[in-house]
Amino acid sequence: MKTYLPARFRVRRDDERCIRCRVCERQCGFDVHHYDEEDDSLYCDDEKCVACHRCVVFCPTGALTVEKNPLSYRENYSWRPEAIEDLMKQAETGGILLTGMGNDKPYPIYWDKLLLNASQVTNPSIDPLREPMELRTYLGRKPDRIDLAAGNIGRWTRRAPQVAIETPIMFSAISYGAISLNVQESLARAATEYGTFFNTGEGGLHKSLYKYSDNAIVQVASGRFGVHQEYLDAARVVEIKIGQGAKPGIGGHLPGEKVSAEVAATRMIPRGTDALSPAPHHDIYSIEDLSQLIYALKEATNYTKPISVKIAAVHNSAAIASGIVRAGADIVAIDGIRGATGAAPKIIRDNVGIPIELAIAAVDSRLRAEGIRNQASLVAAGGVRNSADVIKAIALGADAVYIGSAALIAMGCHVCQACYTGRCSWGIATTDDYLMKRINPNIASRRLTNLLRGWSLEIKEMLGGMGINALESLRGNRHHLRGVGLSDTELEILGVRMAGS
Amino acid sequence: MESTRNRNNPYGDDKVIAACCLFGMLDTTGKRIGGRDSIEAIANMHDRGNGLGGGFAIYGLYPDWPDHYAFHVMYTSQAGRKEVEATLRSNFHVAHGEEVPTRQAAVSNPPTVWRYFLQPEERALIGQSADDYVVERVMEINTGHRDAFVFSSGKNMGVFKGVGYPEDVADFFKLDDYRAYLWTAHGRFPTNTQAWWGGAHPFSILDWTVVHNGEISSYGINRRYLEMYGYHCTMHTDTEVIAYAVDLLARRHNLPLNLVCKVLSAPLWADIDRMEGEEQDLYRTLRQVYGSLLLNGPFTIIIAHQNEMIGLTDRIRLRPLTAATKGDVLFLSSEEAAIRLVSPELDKVWTPLGGEPVVGRVKSEAAVVAPTGQVLVA
Repeated sequence: MKTYLPARFRVRRDDERCIRCRVCERQCGFDVHHYDEEDDSLYCDDEKCVACHRCVVFCPTGALTVEKNPLSYRENYSWRPEAIEDLMKQAETGGILLTGMGNDKPYPIYWDKLLLNASQVTNPSIDPLREPMELRTYLGRKPDRIDLAAGNIGRWTRRAPQVAIETPIMFSAISYGAISLNVQESLARAATEYGTFFNTGEGGLHKSLYKYSDNAIVQVASGRFGVHQEYLDAARVVEIKIGQGAKPGIGGHLPGEKVSAEVAATRMIPRGTDALSPAPHHDIYSIEDLSQLIYALKEATNYTKPISVKIAAVHNSAAIASGIVRAGADIVAIDGIRGATGAAPKIIRDNVGIPIELAIAAVDSRLRAEGIRNQASLVAAGGVRNSADVIKAIALGADAVYIGSAALIAMGCHVCQACYTGRCSWGIATTDDYLMKRINPNIASRRLTNLLRGWSLEIKEMLGGMGINALESLRGNRHHLRGVGLSDTELEILGVRMAGS
Repeated sequence: MESTRNRNNPYGDDKVIAACCLFGMLDTTGKRIGGRDSIEAIANMHDRGNGLGGGFAIYGLYPDWPDHYAFHVMYTSQAGRKEVEATLRSNFHVAHGEEVPTRQAAVSNPPTVWRYFLQPEERALIGQSADDYVVERVMEINTGHRDAFVFSSGKNMGVFKGVGYPEDVADFFKLDDYRAYLWTAHGRFPTNTQAWWGGAHPFSILDWTVVHNGEISSYGINRRYLEMYGYHCTMHTDTEVIAYAVDLLARRHNLPLNLVCKVLSAPLWADIDRMEGEEQDLYRTLRQVYGSLLLNGPFTIIIAHQNEMIGLTDRIRLRPLTAATKGDVLFLSSEEAAIRLVSPELDKVWTPLGGEPVVGRVKSEAAVVAPTGQVLVA
């Protein structure tokens, strides 16, 4: 069928600069560039371009640029270009529209409406270059009190295991299959080097990555891909994935094209088959069922590992989180509406869920109101872009954050949202042998540790500015936040005051 | 709730900020000494306050009523006194009540101050300790009565405080007439509060008192953590948070005071990593469990209760504290000069390290309490 869709981008080539090296042709995962020997010229299929900039960055003479197709539609606030083009795609395919990465709609980003405090006069700011500044965080269930009379102090820690991270930033669940082995190895190595965790996602743990399992959070999702005793034993934390921010209410999708022999072996499924996780866990239809799975995993791991439960941020997150804590979870991870994915129905990614800032504030407040906040650690995910977002999440009440998109961007991702095609030119969201070689774990893990280091240094500077030298003194300390441009209701839910008050 | 908050925090700030001077002296033989030295010493640090608050905590004050809770209550109206006295009579056996003797002094707008010696009615304690019962009643009165404020509620001790320089507050309450084995004193320099008598230091609950110089940057989370345990921070001062934290940890969770100090001013993770065995277990666990009570930001505090006085600074010692001994007496002060004024010759003078508590105990008690710094593992 002839497509009625115009190209979204245009590739501009400066012919005077172009040396016909054909790097662009080889680098593009989407076959935009092709060389014509007769003309000794390079041509572009603009309609295939996703604006991932791989060709632009790798062109040795800087001959390429990508720009928006300036094609104008007649102004119409309701029928904007995206609405028209999405509709046409469906008319041409008859399917659910897929997309990748996180929600790109202009919903309020509350990080940008929260401002941090700094000390002036009445207390001194602390200089992290000259004074200790502590970011270490222990995740896990904490008792209501220490009872010295009850005997050996180590007893409760054995019953409620704690895991340490040296910076409050962990790598979010990104499954092998959605990304290549090289990418997961890069995450694993960076987490190991920096003293934090990577998360296997729901695709199992490849046998070559078991050596990094001291820094692994392993997921148990509704598809149970790659879950076996050795997998659970290897991990430091086991996470039950109920939902993810990019697609609350539905399960993970891995198209069969990405299920290579190695992915198949790791997931324990036949090669080339679609790996579609059921929308719910079919053994969890209620909170008491979740409790059974939590305790089944605790039994399976002999109570040596914290059990995390990850949910998407939805309307009644506070009540759900409270139930999860009471069901026995040691960590609750909440993934906001801007959380990313390798593949999700666009309509769901763009319309389901709530912003993480509101969810984390509401959950922290609810758990405190019920006097059970100490019983679980809280991890915020979905939409953390920089170290200020991290520190604001912690001030709102999170113990730590997960970063997914940010980590991929550190490795080269330009957020073109074409992950679901498996043709990622940056070699990240692909299992294609030719493309995945583009991620060299030596280089990518260095980019990731640089990111962790840079953000950690910035967090220390901001903490010191607030006159705080240990992260735990900022956790849930919303006095160090002020809101701008927010309604009274928003301020109330966030538990912060208006700037100037 | 509204009443105390409005008076102490008229602009509705997150918290009331104050800087200060403090002084404490303890006779470790338990001998009761007069108030003159403490008053002179705190007066010597006049310039560290601004006349908007001064106060004293005095232990061994009421030997005739050792087993009664001594309530000190300030009233701004006769109606308020009648209401609160009715409340007290319905909740307690009131053994004695009297107006606290005062004289004309350079203090501003003094309230009427009364003291009562009380015991909870047995039948009112439904599976509750007498201490918990008293705490609840104090919270009720302080949040429910506009014209009354309970500012001291311990046994055989008392807090005296008000608006003025500490030496003038002492003059007003005729403190030179009292004798006690432990005195702490405070002069205040608030920056964002109008003068209110209840807002001066020491802050107290039961026989725990705290005088404080500093600003707690962790106030927001300290407060939210304490709220989970039923403490309502009506005064919006960081000092109040410290008093409640000490009450929670020492009285309700039964931690020895040296460990309480290690919660408030926790060792660095790097130091804990260097410890071994049970000690490491203990300190790591303390910080994991009570991390939300770590006091961050600059502070020096003197915590006192029956037979014990402790000086503590924040972990990186951003506010001053000098300790000294002379014979059986332990001194703690913001400035050494104040100690030298009342005891020119000293046996030992030192500046404690950041986060290292200085603990003084009455010697008769020493046999049952571990010496300073030693870790108690039951």
